[in-house]
Amino acid sequence: MRRHLLSAADLDLADATLILDTAELIDTALAGREVKKLPTLRGRTVVNLFFEDSTRTRISFELAAKRLSADVINFAAKGSSVSKGESLKDTALTLEAMGADAIVCRHSASGAPHRLAEWVQGSVINAGDGTHEHPTQALLDAYTIRRRLGRLDGVRVAIVGDVLHSRVARSNVVLLDTLGAHVTLVAPPTLLPVGVESWPAEISYDLDAVLPKAEVVMMLRVQQERMNASYFPSVREYSRRYGLDARRMAAMSDEAIVMHPGPMNRGMEIAAEVADSVRSTIVEQVSNGLSVRMAVLYLLLGGASTSEAGVA
Amino acid sequence: MRAAQNAVQPAAASGRTILDSPAIARVIDRIAHEIIERAGDEHLGELTLLGIPTRGGPLASRLAQRIGLFVDRSADPIPVGSVDITLYRDDLRSRGVRPLSPTCIPDGGIEGRHVVLVDDVLYSGRTVRAALDALREVGRPRVVQLAVLVDRGHRELPIRADYVGKNVPTSAREQVRVSLVETDGIDEVVVR
Repeated sequence: MRRHLLSAADLDLADATLILDTAELIDTALAGREVKKLPTLRGRTVVNLFFEDSTRTRISFELAAKRLSADVINFAAKGSSVSKGESLKDTALTLEAMGADAIVCRHSASGAPHRLAEWVQGSVINAGDGTHEHPTQALLDAYTIRRRLGRLDGVRVAIVGDVLHSRVARSNVVLLDTLGAHVTLVAPPTLLPVGVESWPAEISYDLDAVLPKAEVVMMLRVQQERMNASYFPSVREYSRRYGLDARRMAAMSDEAIVMHPGPMNRGMEIAAEVADSVRSTIVEQVSNGLSVRMAVLYLLLGGASTSEAGVA
Repeated sequence: MRAAQNAVQPAAASGRTILDSPAIARVIDRIAHEIIERAGDEHLGELTLLGIPTRGGPLASRLAQRIGLFVDRSADPIPVGSVDITLYRDDLRSRGVRPLSPTCIPDGGIEGRHVVLVDDVLYSGRTVRAALDALREVGRPRVVQLAVLVDRGHRELPIRADYVGKNVPTSAREQVRVSLVETDGIDEVVVR
């Protein structure tokens, strides 16, 4: 493992498998316990540096760090010196001077965590940067698929919807390809990024043609807050062509599962009855996210840090 | 201490064999009898064996199998599990990240049970301390005992074993290598 987790592309098959296996072992170690707490990262400090709104990712990282007994500092850009104009670099150096061992960073600018990693000694974990990457989401999605289907190699995954604005899709395509899965992206042409032909995935514009063959259907949120132009004529038309409703779900194979990274636009990309069906792994994804983030924090912080290793 | 990459090599080439395969079998039988004796009839039904990975796991399974044989509990086998201590170590920062091993607590848990921790080598005692910390989070056993195949001395904590296969005085520079068929393809204990 490298010192940082910035991109799903940094992970080779061995790294990715190690993270998933570690998450599974942590899960079994904590299964059925009343006190779900481990002393592993006592004395380590994890800073959640969030320049963008988030519910599940921030809480998930916070809980993961706390379950490993690390000290957690939550930093939201609102109400901090960032609103007085402090730069990302100065903010990072301030946190570093306070002794942060890891910085979990979410930023609206693609590449911000990469810059951050050049400035600080500790580990940087990318918790979502702009429309670029969200590697821990891809890891928890892979973990969820492996738990439900028992394998990843050769699994056929359809990723459906707003690929253009989705860092989840980008990270998932890269990681699932590394893990041996076959990915098909399904979206209207306007919601596919430039250069998508070079991604290790097939492209389709027809959801109904892809659904019967897919073992995993991953619905993406339509990110209206990032849309400054009209990418489709109307919500209703989008929903009719690319939304997953009960009728479409019936066309899926029996074992196929439905995933969504959340937050959902119920009734737009996914119908409520689909989101709440037995095929849906949406709630599981949240609890799996906790295990995967514990595994990532353990693998990045659980050993000697670079400065300590120098002494030993 | 636990590494055994060259376990299949002839022992004479790489050190002094202190237990060979028949000796290990005899030691396990003796410890099994001692566990039965110390537990007594009234607590025999409360026995749970927990191995500390890697090699405590197969040792715990063998002990449980022998105990089951000696007291004729084929219909009601002794519960066996494993408890990984990696996440409880106090020396995690001393080197790179260690891979985890499986933890498996038998059905019924350890609450009120007569737990015997099983490990291959007792050395500093830090592994056992970590195992006790791990157990505390899982439940509250009535008794916790410790069984080891080899006690090599050099304790750094006030910890002792209840059942010892063999006491082996060693110098700190020596290595004790335990190999088991399940993990290394051969049963032997070598000092080198």
